[in-house]
Amino acid sequence: MKKLTVILVLFLCYNLHAQQIKFVDGSWIEKIKAKTTDTIYVINFWATWCKPCVEELPDFEKLNKEFSQKNVKVILVSNDFKKQINTRLIPFVKKNNIKSEVVFMNETNPNNWIEKADKIWSGALPATMIICHSKHFYHFNEGETTYKELVKLIEPLITIK
Amino acid sequence: MKNFILIICLFSILTNAKAQTEGYKIGDVVKDFSLQNVDGKMVSLADYKDAKGFIVVFTCNHCPFSQAYEQRIINLHKKYASKGFPVLAINPNDKDREPEDSYENMQKRAKEKKYPFVYLYDQTQENAKLYGAMRTPHVFILSKKTTGNVVEYIGAIDDNFEEPQHVKIKYAEDALNALIENKPIKVTYTKAIGCGIKWKR
Repeated sequence: MKKLTVILVLFLCYNLHAQQIKFVDGSWIEKIKAKTTDTIYVINFWATWCKPCVEELPDFEKLNKEFSQKNVKVILVSNDFKKQINTRLIPFVKKNNIKSEVVFMNETNPNNWIEKADKIWSGALPATMIICHSKHFYHFNEGETTYKELVKLIEPLITIK
Repeated sequence: MKNFILIICLFSILTNAKAQTEGYKIGDVVKDFSLQNVDGKMVSLADYKDAKGFIVVFTCNHCPFSQAYEQRIINLHKKYASKGFPVLAINPNDKDREPEDSYENMQKRAKEKKYPFVYLYDQTQENAKLYGAMRTPHVFILSKKTTGNVVEYIGAIDDNFEEPQHVKIKYAEDALNALIENKPIKVTYTKAIGCGIKWKR
């Protein structure tokens, strides 16, 4: 019985590890904004409970797939409830086979970090930020962004042909 | 090429900045409205002869953030209506995009949760646009002055959406208390995560 428990615990640990989602905070956004590389960061603020966010996720996934060989990095910043990470966020990511990096915004007071993303952002989801330091490019959109719009925005910034 | 990117940058800044300038600012006098309550009656700010002001909350049925704040909105009304500041909840969402936020479903929710405040339907979304409401919940505290109903506070209810027991700053209550005590409001503008308003397409 003891052996079984150990195996079970080990198995659970392994599984937890495999599904781990990185926690980030407002300073993480500042760090990305301060990066001096030519990486094009496409950062989408979303949540599993936000219908328009979920509807536009395939567009970001497609972008991630189509441009993964280029200097593009898609990051999906989840604003789910913390208590729903294991019950909702992780199962959602697994079920939909999300390939883009998913991180969790671990801030209790949105008022502390929303402006770090953008001064004009009201905090409504979804929202998308595109940054490319070497091209001095910065874009922020509150609301939905389509695949077509994303491509139009990032194409002039691509340096790896 | 560099110039081209610069133009794109500028354009993006300009088009984005537009969103920010829309809607009421602190100190603005709001236009009165006439919106249908869940009981079928039309409601205007002018109906509240004895009010000292209002807690206007753009909220809705479907949004988990609105649901997380629902009890706190009820509590706000219970605490401040008797002090002259009733809650006026307004649902601005397009029912075609979010059927859960239809007028009939608003009636159901108000009944189920025994809303002590009016729950109004901004069917044309005109008021949400006038106020510059972007998400649910989005709070606007007004005070009644000789010039009209003046915007005193815009933003969040408090600083912790997920755990009411761990709230440190009650932004809306602080603003209301200041108004009642005739003191200046320390924080007049805050931001919060919320569900983007479902605008008509």
